[in-house]
Amino acid sequence: MSTVSYALTDSATMLRRNLKRMVRYPSMTVTLIGMPIVFLLLFVYVFGGTLGAGIGGPSGGRAEYVNYVTPAIILMTIAAAVQGTTISVAMDMTEGIVDRFRTMAIARVSVLTGHVLSSLVQTMLSIAVIIGVALLIGFRPSAGPGDWLALTGVLVMMAFAFIWLSVAFGLASKTVESSSNVGMPLVLLPFLGSGFVPTDSMPTALRWFAEYQPFTPLIETIRGLLMGTPIGNSAVIAIGWCVVITLGGYLWAKKLFNRESTR
Amino acid sequence: MTLSSQSAITATGLRRSFGDHVVLDGIDLNVPRGTVFSLLGANGAGKTTTVKILSTLIRADGGSARIAGHDLAAEPDAVRAAIGVTGQFSAVDNLLTGQENLTLMADLHHLGRAAGRRRVAELLDQFDLVDAAKKPATTYSGGMRRRLDLAMTLVGTPQVIFLDEPTTGLDPRSRRGMWRIVRELIAGGVTIFLTTQYLEEADELADRIAVLDHGKIVAEGTADELKRRIPGGHIELRFAGLRDLESAARVVGQPSRDGDALALRVPHDGSLRALKALLDRLDENAVEVDSLSVHTPDLDDVFLALTGNPKNEKVATR
Repeated sequence: MSTVSYALTDSATMLRRNLKRMVRYPSMTVTLIGMPIVFLLLFVYVFGGTLGAGIGGPSGGRAEYVNYVTPAIILMTIAAAVQGTTISVAMDMTEGIVDRFRTMAIARVSVLTGHVLSSLVQTMLSIAVIIGVALLIGFRPSAGPGDWLALTGVLVMMAFAFIWLSVAFGLASKTVESSSNVGMPLVLLPFLGSGFVPTDSMPTALRWFAEYQPFTPLIETIRGLLMGTPIGNSAVIAIGWCVVITLGGYLWAKKLFNRESTR
Repeated sequence: MTLSSQSAITATGLRRSFGDHVVLDGIDLNVPRGTVFSLLGANGAGKTTTVKILSTLIRADGGSARIAGHDLAAEPDAVRAAIGVTGQFSAVDNLLTGQENLTLMADLHHLGRAAGRRRVAELLDQFDLVDAAKKPATTYSGGMRRRLDLAMTLVGTPQVIFLDEPTTGLDPRSRRGMWRIVRELIAGGVTIFLTTQYLEEADELADRIAVLDHGKIVAEGTADELKRRIPGGHIELRFAGLRDLESAARVVGQPSRDGDALALRVPHDGSLRALKALLDRLDENAVEVDSLSVHTPDLDDVFLALTGNPKNEKVATR
């Protein structure tokens, strides 16, 4: 077998390992899905009436706001799920088994790709759950089948980017405890963008940041596909950001993993 | 045959520092194929660093090594394919069962489905883990975990096995079990590089022993060779009364007295002739000896003499 096919076989083996670990240790998955659900309910039922009235629109109020905020919550779901990636990578690095992998003649990168692929599965499942909850509480997307397909592709691309970044975060963390904090800004960034309120309601400096930070084009792309709002150049910028984040995360993670074992 | 083709491990001048701290200060090793080599030393002597370098986990700052005929620096993957490592810290996946851990190894060695399943079943049986096969490794005792760990190392049938303190922290029963397993491996013809802080363990298992102290090898040889290198053999004579003790002391010269214990220690080189001569002299002078025991130096004496640090409280001598 060639090097490439070994890399694929080994990655599949590692994916199986990580999926098993996920099933055996479900509390983390539950916590990570729980957080965006809480935010969704909080924003729709507590703030939704007032915020929805502020946004305006045909029906106004809470019903309008569910449709506005769900794309942001979907992105927040990705940001929350990848924190799990950071933690499980950091946890793995403290265990002796990774040193065992390092002394074996396997495709090295498979240790990381196993984490990436299993996180991708976990993230997409989380998103499905969130969309389900949103539909239950009144989310009414206007997307057709083609839009859903495009949306799935876009979400996989975004998740993939943030997962690689999170793998690098996990490898860079000195302890498991500290690893659980490094992803926090990712969860907060949707707030400083167009996720929860339109950016033109913000003061100038903040608006400038909100319009240029990566999450805004991502949210606008998701919103456009789901609700039929104009996407404009957001999709292109979103793809650009994802490519940059994926590449940066991958190269950083690879560099960190090829460092000497420090245990 | 050349030296290197008969050797499983050769190393010359291995050096390694962590910051200012020199951990290995020029280590030379030569381990013939099919033998057990033990690196003996206290905590912090550099044993684990040596294993980490030889098993491709970390790089040496200087020196070179060949494992199973492959250069460590130039062909790390070929080295990895030939070795198996059981480190000091357990390298099992705690969330997976014993069987899943072994299957994971079989898959990573690309054994194929049927062959992998056969090998896993074989190892579960050999390591007495059949009953625990379907339980997660978190539920395993220390001894079981070490057995699983070693079984995982063996899935790929490595030619050279590194065992870094394989019995540290095990109870005596599990330790004996581990020794039995190591002996079986030896019988199977693999080369074993064993580190230990237990002199008894090195004595039991190893063909050759190197004593590592502060990053240098201070002695190397078989257990007997090492024991012969230091004096310390003596005969202890015990007496029923003070009068016999006094007369015996006059007969044998100026031996060291053992406090109030009515005993004398006479230096002795271990030969039967010297023993007989001593007994004859005591007999001629009609000294009543209550009991007699012969002490040859054990590896503890060797270790303490060689590392020159009898106060080193980290040396375990159980």
